[in-house]
Amino acid sequence: MSSLPPYASTGQKVWHYTFLVICALIFIFLITPILIIAPLSFNAEPYFSFTDGMLSFDSEAYSLRWYQDIAQNGMANPDQPTSWPLFWEWLWKGLSPFHTAPPSFYTDMWENAQWIRAMRNSFFIGFFATIIAVTLGTLAAIGLSRSEMPARGLIMSVLISPLIVPLVVTAAGMFYFYSNNFNPSSWLLGNEEADRWILAQTYLGVILAHAALGTPFVIITVTATLVGFDKSLVRAGASMGAGPAQTFWKIQMPLILPGVISGGLFAFITSFDEVVAVLFLAGPEHRTIPRQMYSGIREQISPTILAVATILVILSVILLATLELLRRRSERLRGMSPS
Amino acid sequence: MTDASYQTAPLPGAPSDASGALLAADGTPLKQRLRQAMKVSRRRAFLLVAPLLVFILASFVVPIVALLLYQGAYNDTYEARMPASTALLQQWDGVSEPTEEMAAAMVADLAAARESKEIGKVASRVNQELSGTRSLMTKTARRAAKMEPPYLAALIDRDKDWADIETWGAMKLASTSLTPAFYANAIDMKYMPDGSFEDQEEQRQIYVSLFVRTLLVSGGVMIACIFLGFPVAYLIAHLPARKANLLIILVLLPFWTSLLVRTTAWIAMLQSQGVLNDMLVFLGVTSDDSRFSLIYNMTGTVVAMTHILLPFMILPIYSVMKAIPPSHVRAAKSLGATDWTAFWRVYFPATIPGIGAGGLLVFILAIGYYITPALVGGSDGQLISNAIAYHMQRSLNYSLAAALGGILLLGVLVLYWLYDRIVGIDNMKLG
Repeated sequence: MSSLPPYASTGQKVWHYTFLVICALIFIFLITPILIIAPLSFNAEPYFSFTDGMLSFDSEAYSLRWYQDIAQNGMANPDQPTSWPLFWEWLWKGLSPFHTAPPSFYTDMWENAQWIRAMRNSFFIGFFATIIAVTLGTLAAIGLSRSEMPARGLIMSVLISPLIVPLVVTAAGMFYFYSNNFNPSSWLLGNEEADRWILAQTYLGVILAHAALGTPFVIITVTATLVGFDKSLVRAGASMGAGPAQTFWKIQMPLILPGVISGGLFAFITSFDEVVAVLFLAGPEHRTIPRQMYSGIREQISPTILAVATILVILSVILLATLELLRRRSERLRGMSPS
Repeated sequence: MTDASYQTAPLPGAPSDASGALLAADGTPLKQRLRQAMKVSRRRAFLLVAPLLVFILASFVVPIVALLLYQGAYNDTYEARMPASTALLQQWDGVSEPTEEMAAAMVADLAAARESKEIGKVASRVNQELSGTRSLMTKTARRAAKMEPPYLAALIDRDKDWADIETWGAMKLASTSLTPAFYANAIDMKYMPDGSFEDQEEQRQIYVSLFVRTLLVSGGVMIACIFLGFPVAYLIAHLPARKANLLIILVLLPFWTSLLVRTTAWIAMLQSQGVLNDMLVFLGVTSDDSRFSLIYNMTGTVVAMTHILLPFMILPIYSVMKAIPPSHVRAAKSLGATDWTAFWRVYFPATIPGIGAGGLLVFILAIGYYITPALVGGSDGQLISNAIAYHMQRSLNYSLAAALGGILLLGVLVLYWLYDRIVGIDNMKLG
């Protein structure tokens, strides 16, 4: 399909170019919606559409106000003085263990601005969910790819199921389970003690839910890397006197690391992008970015959402580039030529 | 090496016992040692998997099963708070006149429930069986403590609905904790006090049509994905590696972009003042005051879902196409097949596994979609997941939500089983 042979008939030529046009249209369908939000997010007017001014490239019609809104919406006092020296002072004192950050515009922003809080929650939840998912998922993938593993198919399908079960069912089940004393802690601890273990509306509940949703990705990517893993390398290490821990960390881990990292990225993006579990399980103070966007779209639809969306697209481009590099590294390590 | 070879052909000089079986260094038969070693390595493999298995069982499987089986079929809201009337209602046949004894128990229970401020929950539970009984319950409970015998007359005096046998029937249904009523409700049936099932009233039959709509939308999205995904996969599979890589990245970019971002983007594209309508007006396809309504309805749901799920279709088809040797089509053509015949009779059948894998995956994912229909579906683009969320969060009828979820989950699990049979979960790939 890449090129037409010189002897192609007119009909073949026509079909060839028609096909290319069809494909181009499908790619436009795939990509345009994602590209269109970036220019719209610089709209000076509170609309979701191109204004006449924007179409005639009038600089008045573009502004950064929605990006400013991301930083400031929800602040107690957005009119305090701001400047870079103040910012560095705040950052420096905030980071150092001996000072507390001086209350300023930046403290206010860090503590109160809705989107900033949502971003902090997203990273916090995503970080811990990823750690749990990667640790448990990698171990399990190593176990699952051993040929001795008993009941492999059954266990694999249970472990992959969080990917398949409708999110609403998962979230509803977890919500119901986490908000009742009906969970095992009440049988172990008695009802009163178990009240403290209610996980609904806590960070822990959301983190556990996201970790469960992220593990299938880790299993799939790490298992895929292990298919190309030469087990004789581990045996060679062991024959030279290395213990199981040493062969794992020194031989197996470096080789499957690309799979582990890309599984981790998948798990992180799953958590970072997840709304349904957050809708059901999280309280108002645990709002994540997608949760904030969800209520933004439902309640007051403003171009701030487009600005956030643009930032998220840039983030996903970075993640995608990282993954691509990892994939190439993994192929190089396994001796395949980089395609 | 099979077990038998240890016994029949001992190596010269290797230790063996009287029967000729090989021995390990410590004197035990080699076969036994091998079995032990296998057992140890099996246990090791299992121990590696165990932490995750326990985690998934405890935080995922058990909560879902608990919700669906326990809450969907068992609801003791009434029984736990109204024990005396429950005992009598369970003995009552559901058709004869309510007795004075039942009325007395009812009054006592209502008074107690009001005292413990739990009457609201009980009233909501009865209301699920017969609408309009919530106010009856709360209204009666307010006076229950002061009621004098004969209680049946006192109840009827308070509200004449107490004379109605249907009211008592609803109480009987609510007092039955282990009940098929919610699952019946989820398929538009009604569980009657005498234990039979009837069709739900006409205007309340919504769930079967919602399930059907969900299946139709998922099927439509799947077919749209096949038609859009196949040409793209074909193009990528037949381009030189460098160009193909670039196009794959273009396919993966939407895949990696947040669901919310893509839904937002479609709102910007499709709304009546949106990019697409602006373009159509500019091109003169439609006039400014008769713009198409493309979003907040079924169209919006289908378009956005197709866009979101398309990469899940392209990637499996692409990986199957990549593995088809180009010599097959060349052979067909050299034997005299036209381009079309070579494609349709030789190439296309070889891509069926990819279409099957992608199609099933898209269908499974589409069936459970919630966020996109909730945001761009308007009123006629809602799917079954939205009904479940509604009952979990708004109407607080957890049991009905659980029953609807149970049916949805059953459907998905059947498809998942099919996927495993046809494709194999090991072959699930991500980019």
